Amino acid sequence: MVLFLPMLLIGFISEAQIAKKNWDLPAVNVKTLDGKTFSTGDLDNGGRPIIVSFWATWCKPCVLELSTIAELYADWQEETGVKLVAISIDDARNVSKVPPFVNGKDWDYEVYLDPNADFKRAMNVNTVPHTFLLNGQGQVVFQHNAYAPGDEHHLYSKVKELVGK
Amino acid sequence: MRAVHRSINCKRWAIGALMLLYGLHLAPHALAQEQESDPKTKTKEKGKWGEVHGNVQFDAQYYNPDSAIGAQPVPEKLLMNGFANLIYTKGNFTAGVRYENYMNPMLGFDQRYKGHGIPYRYASFDNDFLSITVGHYYEQFGSGMILRAYEERGLGFDNVLDGARVKATLLGGIRLKALIGKQRLYWETGEGIVRGFDGEVDFNETFKALAEKDLRVTLGGSFVSKYQEDTDPDFELPENVGSYAFRGGIRYRKWFLSAEYVHKDNDPQATNTIFYEGVERRNYSPGSAFLGTLTYSQKGLGVALTAKRTDNMDFRSDRRAAGFDLNINYLPALTQQHTYQLAGSLYPYATQPNGEWAFQVDIDYRIPKNTKLGGKRGLGLRFNYSEIHGLVTQVTPEGSGLNSTAFGLGDLYFRDINFEVQKTVSAKFKFNVQYLNIAYNKDVVEGVAGYGTLFTNIAIADMTYKVAPRHALRLEVQGLWVKDRADLGDWAMALLEYTWSPHFFIAVTDQWNYGNKDAAKRLHYPSVFVGYTHNASRITLGYGRQRAGILCVGGICRTIPASNGVSLTLMTSF
Repeated sequence: MVLFLPMLLIGFISEAQIAKKNWDLPAVNVKTLDGKTFSTGDLDNGGRPIIVSFWATWCKPCVLELSTIAELYADWQEETGVKLVAISIDDARNVSKVPPFVNGKDWDYEVYLDPNADFKRAMNVNTVPHTFLLNGQGQVVFQHNAYAPGDEHHLYSKVKELVGK
Repeated sequence: MRAVHRSINCKRWAIGALMLLYGLHLAPHALAQEQESDPKTKTKEKGKWGEVHGNVQFDAQYYNPDSAIGAQPVPEKLLMNGFANLIYTKGNFTAGVRYENYMNPMLGFDQRYKGHGIPYRYASFDNDFLSITVGHYYEQFGSGMILRAYEERGLGFDNVLDGARVKATLLGGIRLKALIGKQRLYWETGEGIVRGFDGEVDFNETFKALAEKDLRVTLGGSFVSKYQEDTDPDFELPENVGSYAFRGGIRYRKWFLSAEYVHKDNDPQATNTIFYEGVERRNYSPGSAFLGTLTYSQKGLGVALTAKRTDNMDFRSDRRAAGFDLNINYLPALTQQHTYQLAGSLYPYATQPNGEWAFQVDIDYRIPKNTKLGGKRGLGLRFNYSEIHGLVTQVTPEGSGLNSTAFGLGDLYFRDINFEVQKTVSAKFKFNVQYLNIAYNKDVVEGVAGYGTLFTNIAIADMTYKVAPRHALRLEVQGLWVKDRADLGDWAMALLEYTWSPHFFIAVTDQWNYGNKDAAKRLHYPSVFVGYTHNASRITLGYGRQRAGILCVGGICRTIPASNGVSLTLMTSF
């Protein structure tokens, strides 16, 4: 039995695609800021890249990252057509504050709520901030954990690679 | 004997889960082989055997003895917590397992975590109409005040349900959920069975004629019941305890109003006992909870008003449980969640489930750019006020429960008035200053006696200077002053961090209890951290002293003991 188990595991893993480079986003139900249910499988940017950023109102580096990108966002969109989707993992304690918070910050992002961390769990996010980059087909091509000032340049260079600039 | 039985059980499950994964993976494999005879379908099936993703995290600490700060001796010298998640997806099918390892649990975590195994495994099938999960699942009904199964790995909190759950979506906007299961209790499963049903209607989604209307209305309701056998020889205790909730949300343009009310039938348990004529007795009163929110927001301005009343709403699947064990519901703390060290970990509030009235006001405002006050880049302002009181209660005449007045405010438990200014001075320099005034009823929040209410002022400045496009320096300075230097007295803290994007960071920090009344306890808590990030992987190495404090994530708090030593964290997602 002791041998059988790892053999099964190895057999199984060798056939399935483990953490392959481009993978499809799992379809999980989240909420829009005006209360509608939305499946993450329906994220779309007309064949252009999408940045998916997990954050929370109480997470300082998350807010720093999103505020920094907010200042560059108009240029990024103009140059590459990229769209940023911010997934708030704030739970019942803070979730009602998210729409006022986003508006108060004057962010132009598409924001979704994931109050019981279902999407966070499906994406294997350990800690926030955690950022994913999707290609035009909606597949994950790059991910990054944590934020340090300047990381936005690294992320944007990956976006430009995707659109061939 | 019990431990042996448990480990066998655990292995059986692990094997079962893997065989399930393997079986499901073989099926498409066989299919693909059949189709190999047809060259047209061969390319189509290529790479369609599903995908595996996951994450891993290890936290380890080597403990040095340090009697000055009251660090507990650690006979093992080194303690480690770790986990790995694996999720397999193929089309509409998903299965997952989590392996956890505590050898032995790090200081501050419950000792019942000692050991390792697979406490989480599930399989689920989803389509547009149905979603069926067997095994473990996390779930939330409404705001979670009636039912919430969730995890906070950093706190060692996990009340995941193990059983079955079905979700269905009808007519686009009617969502139904039904579940049954038992809850996780460290390496075991709680005795009680939890049954739940939840329904929600989004009128604007269900009725196409309303789809584009400015007025949006959702209504929902839940029923949750637990069953636990009554083995008490003397008392007849309710074996089935029912609970129901109603909720609604109305949106009109920039306004949003939402409310939820929960009722729980009488549920005498270990955490809600009362004292009657000097004797501890069971409490047969029903419980209730109310949460209401009104928000207004437009570009540049957001306002949120919240009120909450909870009364005897500690809801667990075992009437003997306490602490973090077997909670069925979640009662959010209506206070600002602070993350700066001195603001967040010395005097944070934790919800008092037996009863409280809470109020909160939250205002976010951004002074536009190119104005006198806003300057070239605008100015962010944030104000938050929260106040929490106990209820006014009285023991019932026969001594079998507590009566409370609906609007009566009892003792002050907590108050927080805080103000924040965020300013981007230039592309290179930004800062954030914050002032907090906190009243903290230590006796109530921490369940201790003789401290009373502490009144504190806290000031924080956080400055980031970008030395070069990928190099930045960040300085955090914090001070905390307690009225009459009560409890531990005054604190100062500084942190200097250097980051080299996208890989490297180093931070040095010191917390100094300079204002402790006891001169011998005016200690420094210095530490240094170095980290390396590569995409979604991260290694952090730390060395130094950690102050005893309260770690809060998502509104629940855990006491962390003082420690001294070397810590290592490794995490990755794939």
